[in-house]
Amino acid sequence: MSSSAVNDSPGTAKKSIAVARLIDRIFLGLTCAFACFVAVVLLWIIASLFSIAYPAIAKYGLGFITASRWSPVEDLYGALPQIYGTIMSSLIALLIAVPLGVGVAVFLSEDFLPAKVRTPVAFVIELLAAVPSVVYGLWGIFVLVPAIKPFLEGIYRTFGWIPLFSTAPDIRGLFQASLVLSIMISPIIIAISRDALISLPPQLRQGSLALGATRWETILKVLLPAALSGIIGAVMLALGRALGETMAAAMLIGNAPRISASVFDPASTIASLIANQFAEASGLQLSSLLYTGLILMLLTLAVNVLAEVVISRFQQIE
Amino acid sequence: MAPSDQPNPGSNQDAMSYTVSPRRKWFGTFMTVLVTGCALLLALPLFSILWTVISRGAPSFSPDLFTQLPPPPLMKGGGFGNAIVGSLIVLGIAALISVPFGVMAAIFVSEFARGTKFASFVRFGINVLSGVPSIIMGLFAYGVVVLATGSFSALAGGIALAILMVPIVERTAEEGLKSVPMETRQGAIGVGATNFQTITQIVLPAALPSIATGVTLSLARASGETAPLLITALFNQYYAKGVLEPIATLPVLIYNFAGAPYKNQQELAWAASLLLVMLILVVSIIARSLSRRQTFG
Repeated sequence: MSSSAVNDSPGTAKKSIAVARLIDRIFLGLTCAFACFVAVVLLWIIASLFSIAYPAIAKYGLGFITASRWSPVEDLYGALPQIYGTIMSSLIALLIAVPLGVGVAVFLSEDFLPAKVRTPVAFVIELLAAVPSVVYGLWGIFVLVPAIKPFLEGIYRTFGWIPLFSTAPDIRGLFQASLVLSIMISPIIIAISRDALISLPPQLRQGSLALGATRWETILKVLLPAALSGIIGAVMLALGRALGETMAAAMLIGNAPRISASVFDPASTIASLIANQFAEASGLQLSSLLYTGLILMLLTLAVNVLAEVVISRFQQIE
Repeated sequence: MAPSDQPNPGSNQDAMSYTVSPRRKWFGTFMTVLVTGCALLLALPLFSILWTVISRGAPSFSPDLFTQLPPPPLMKGGGFGNAIVGSLIVLGIAALISVPFGVMAAIFVSEFARGTKFASFVRFGINVLSGVPSIIMGLFAYGVVVLATGSFSALAGGIALAILMVPIVERTAEEGLKSVPMETRQGAIGVGATNFQTITQIVLPAALPSIATGVTLSLARASGETAPLLITALFNQYYAKGVLEPIATLPVLIYNFAGAPYKNQQELAWAASLLLVMLILVVSIIARSLSRRQTFG
């Protein structure tokens, strides 16, 4: 269009410039509209959840969060056990996954292995971040938990006097679900932390080595702090996934709506509760389920906003 | 390294390596062993998953899987043709919605609003959105589509997955756009191209590998999502007749049949797991080879 404008008379050229300007404007407006929509779709989600959850919110108010009885038979709902289960399972999963994940990220970002071996290993981990949660759940029930059960029983026999380990472990339980969760979220931590470490300017490493630091002093005191914002981003994504992870929890946590001191006992998370009861729910039960969904949403929102603030602060320091 | 006959500053390099105390050296060795151990420990479950899925899923793999309907309990044979078609339909709907939203938002943030407060606001919204659990997307699609149309449906499932995919598409598209050198844009503007022409004819093609990677990766992630589909698309024993009725998908089939007490259905669940995992493997390899084909190095 522009090439023909050059050959045409000045009038048509002016017109085509005007058309081009108009297209430019429309394009800008369109992209802006899409961007705005993507940015505020979150509010729409919250509003939509709130409107369906409203009957339960009106009936129970904030007492819903501290009430510990969830009984569709009595039409009585309280979400404390699920909130507890959600937070506990995620924290245990992070406790396992963060050191492991950051360790592997360092391992894969350094030249411990020749690049020919390192690239496939990194690729396998990348690939396994995409393994469906349902498959993790299947694998957890049929392979992982049966395999580590003797070990958990050993812990129970030795440390059973500590309330934390005070019940005999079965296939389904809080810790068992957390363990599968930790494996599920590790690839996220590894992939993003590794990216953060690799994308650091090489001058950082060169400078540190030139000052006489060893490789590990460089990693621990220069590279990891410099990549901290990326690592926190990784942990944030992992925590978000762990909090809301549904299938592995629904298949492994045992779905018992109670709070137990022992981590080997069955528990329940908000997401597993919704997955289990949503299809048959109606009326107040449905509203209550959406109320728990709203709580889960706000929980993950709080985590993410906090992490965002931390990350932006780190980026400013850089 | 090379020995020289005359003393020069270079020969001091050998001496310098001895200044590292044994303690610092041991610490380094210890840490190296530790992270190697971490990698081995984590590789174990990962390979175990692959092995389990292959060893349990492969025996029941046959062409029937792709054409037949799920069998009733205790019946031999059968497949999940409806779930495969269902997954493709739901993913297609999700891609149709998420790709324009993701790419357009990325263009705005990277090309028009780079470095502005508004860009960081959009960035913030997308980051937070990406942390929202997938089951919440399902609840949202339930409220917006299922309650409005009165039926669980493929459309609801597609919308739930689309919201899940948008942050991934946007993020990779934005990274791709930002990796295109500024000189390219200046060159295009300099020879008289408008913003629209610069972006659609110069910048977008250059960023295409990254965008394609983002779309494929988001599709791979969405193809395994079970929770949002469980409460939006539900399940269907047969082929769905339209996008406004319940539809079978592979992940939901796995979940339903894994919990079933019948052996033939459990075997189908493992076969479906194998298919899904292999599908994701292929897609990831495609995504990877696409991202390698960088136009600007």
